[in-house]
Amino acid sequence: MHLVIIGNGIAGVSAAITARRLAPAARITLVAAESAHHYSRPALMYLYMGHLRYDDVKPYGDWFWAENRLELVHAEAVGVDTAARTVQLATGPPLAYDRLLLATGSVVRTPDWPGRQLAGVQGFIGLPDVESMARDTHGITHAVVVGGGLIGVELAEMLHSRGIRVTWLVREGRYWQSVLPPEESAMLEAHFRNYHIDLQKNTELREVLGDDQGRVRAVATTTGRELPAEWLGLATGVMPNLTLAQAAGLDTDRGILVNELLETSAPGVYAAGDCAQHRQPAPGEVAVEQLWYTGRMQGETVAHTICGAPTPYRRGEWFNSAKFFNLEYQTYGRVPAQPEAGLASFCWQHPSGKHLLRINFQEKTQAVTGVNALGLRQRQDVWEHWLGEKTPIGTVLAQLAAANFDPEFARQHEAAIRQEFGLQFPKIEVAKPRRKGLFSKL
Amino acid sequence: MYDLPTPSFALAQPPPAAVPAGEKLPLAAVALGLLALLAAVADADAGRARLSLYLALALVSAGALGWAWLAFGQRPAGWHPHDLWRRASTARGAVAWATGVALTGFYVVLYWFPWLLENLIRALDPFSQALRHKAADQWFLYGTFYTLAVLVMGGRGLWKYRFARYHLARTASVMFFQLGFGFLLPGLLLALQQPEYYFSYFWPLKYDYLFPGTVAQLLQGGGLGVFMVFWGVVMSLVATPILTYFFGKRWYCAWVCGCGGLAETAGDAYRHLSDKSRQAWRWEVRLIYPILGLIVLLTALLWLGASGMVPALGVVTGPLGQFYGFAIGSVFSGVIGVGFYPLMGSRVWCRFGCPMAAYLGLLQKHFSRFRISTNGGQCISCGNCSNACEMGIDVKQYAQRGESIVRAACVGCGLCATACPRGVLNLENGPREGRLAGSAFIHADSLRIL
Repeated sequence: MHLVIIGNGIAGVSAAITARRLAPAARITLVAAESAHHYSRPALMYLYMGHLRYDDVKPYGDWFWAENRLELVHAEAVGVDTAARTVQLATGPPLAYDRLLLATGSVVRTPDWPGRQLAGVQGFIGLPDVESMARDTHGITHAVVVGGGLIGVELAEMLHSRGIRVTWLVREGRYWQSVLPPEESAMLEAHFRNYHIDLQKNTELREVLGDDQGRVRAVATTTGRELPAEWLGLATGVMPNLTLAQAAGLDTDRGILVNELLETSAPGVYAAGDCAQHRQPAPGEVAVEQLWYTGRMQGETVAHTICGAPTPYRRGEWFNSAKFFNLEYQTYGRVPAQPEAGLASFCWQHPSGKHLLRINFQEKTQAVTGVNALGLRQRQDVWEHWLGEKTPIGTVLAQLAAANFDPEFARQHEAAIRQEFGLQFPKIEVAKPRRKGLFSKL
Repeated sequence: MYDLPTPSFALAQPPPAAVPAGEKLPLAAVALGLLALLAAVADADAGRARLSLYLALALVSAGALGWAWLAFGQRPAGWHPHDLWRRASTARGAVAWATGVALTGFYVVLYWFPWLLENLIRALDPFSQALRHKAADQWFLYGTFYTLAVLVMGGRGLWKYRFARYHLARTASVMFFQLGFGFLLPGLLLALQQPEYYFSYFWPLKYDYLFPGTVAQLLQGGGLGVFMVFWGVVMSLVATPILTYFFGKRWYCAWVCGCGGLAETAGDAYRHLSDKSRQAWRWEVRLIYPILGLIVLLTALLWLGASGMVPALGVVTGPLGQFYGFAIGSVFSGVIGVGFYPLMGSRVWCRFGCPMAAYLGLLQKHFSRFRISTNGGQCISCGNCSNACEMGIDVKQYAQRGESIVRAACVGCGLCATACPRGVLNLENGPREGRLAGSAFIHADSLRIL
């Protein structure tokens, strides 16, 4: 079998490595235009900040690919003939495949603002974007970032590391409003202020203003202000990269449409990662998932199907994590941004504004349904167990130290959290507390 | 996205980052201090040399602390290694090479041309007399510099890591052990006309502590000498395995040891320079275990010779001992171990040469409750952990597979866990059962990494 994978991001590479394990005899080829080797996309910001070098953000050494007989083709795939089962490359002869996996990732999505094409205006998704950002922000003093999500905060942090003053335009009334409950947003906004980030909420970009050299000079906002901007970062989201799928004549909508086996509309052709859209997502799950973790899981799953063990994609308990400047965020299970009927939400905050824990639970059964942690590290397997077993909030709070993943000697907050819970939910009983760490077996 | 050409990776050779204007003043103080030190070296007038030396130490210490105060105080406390790979001092640039040559040169002079330092040594006579009731020598000079470096750069560490109590504890610990057990106590013992004994160094690092000659000499010294022999034997052969079983080798390497103490304080800015490649790991294994074997063999042969059972063993043990003392004791642990800090990282000796680290490492790998846990499937393969590892462990190879990190080399400094932006890593002591088990959230591949 010859498996050809288009895209060397986390989804494509996870599929390649899994396929190598499952089918030792298979020929596996990874085609990618962006870089010769797989690199960690979430680590791009560390290149800009000088924390790491390009070689440091490659998850595997360059020897890894040849030793595991994973052939790398550094070229752009421009077309697919699904009947003849060949991939056309921009350079070189066509590549014949038995199975084809499209893991083409995302592209930047930006509204068509006037002045969008000016020099010094860019999105942030790949290596060329780090390059242009490093070049265009060299020696500048004022920059503007648009978009209140995870890429927005990354850009703000990167610019801040070089001493550049950041004005950050966010359309919503609070930071990451679509995902986070109000207390989390408020804590993060205060955290950003500590770093002197000028966060302007309820504000959108209206127009990008240039100078006579064709470079961005300022931005005009919907609030009627004109802000100096020697560089403008657009972090208003990404969308599936469909260029190749459309050239191949596959069924697409927002993404490449796939069934639960991640099969596309053409036989022998699969899609995984950011570019895929599930025709029938499981209840409570989204159709297009654009996360590192889901990319890895979809890649692993589709490799099983490709190697003869059809495996439906199961998202499992939701989890995600991020770091906002110096504040770490982890979430397990479902934590809606708005209150929901039948769902109780307990939220504890440390007076320092550096730690927050929110636990949601069913009012009727008291079973926990999700957790948000800011400035606290929580153990994933423990939460997975609690969520899967529908453990009551009283038991979870009693055993909370078992989920504590903070470093040794870090101050523990379980007692304060239980005390706060007693104030917010006096009718719910909390069992006898247990110890922190590996000794507190469930 | 696909119509973009391959990036030039200009980032691989980034433009050097400038030193902020405010930080130039304390750095100038350090430079003036080094100049005063040179003046002291060259000055035959004891009084003036002493003045120059104390001025030099004051300027260097105040400059270094002042610089740390500014460099780590400008923004909220946290892990912000901005421009680490863009500065000439920390990215093997000209400043790093100059520092490396200067440090290496200092060791060469110290070991083989100590008379060049005569004026400096004499300048320390009053201090040495006060502490040890005897004149200074080159080793007292070295001990003074070494302890000062651990204390001053330890102060920098306490400020830099003020947000993480684990780092505060271990930094304070190495400062305490270097000052108390590595400097004051041996001096005090000399003042009391006792053997100059280091209670914080054990065989096989302090290899002669279990040599028959040293043991015999100590035993002649009466009650305290007998206790020193007892302490040395118990610490090397009983306490080390027990403590390592409960805490991993970090109880020694990152909390007590003087070499580790210097690496964790003065070497902190160079930790990322350790080579993470597979080739470096192979050299580590090739060097460190034969060195442990060599010192065990030498010790055994010396005892065999001392027992009188095999005559004329001195023909073998004499040259072997000399070779070990020169090649490992002097060249490796000193000249390369510290001299190459700015180029190869702060743990060259600990990683490639130290027999104590090899011994502790074997215990840690096979008979310990210590591990670095990986938190489920949260790793994003960003590489911050591997970058922060001073022992050259490619930590992300384990984290991205959801596996615990159990490596002989790990000294448990905890910086990988601090550097991790997703809260994936944690140093833990726990039941040995399931210590190597991977996470169920990642289907670990079976592809080899070594």
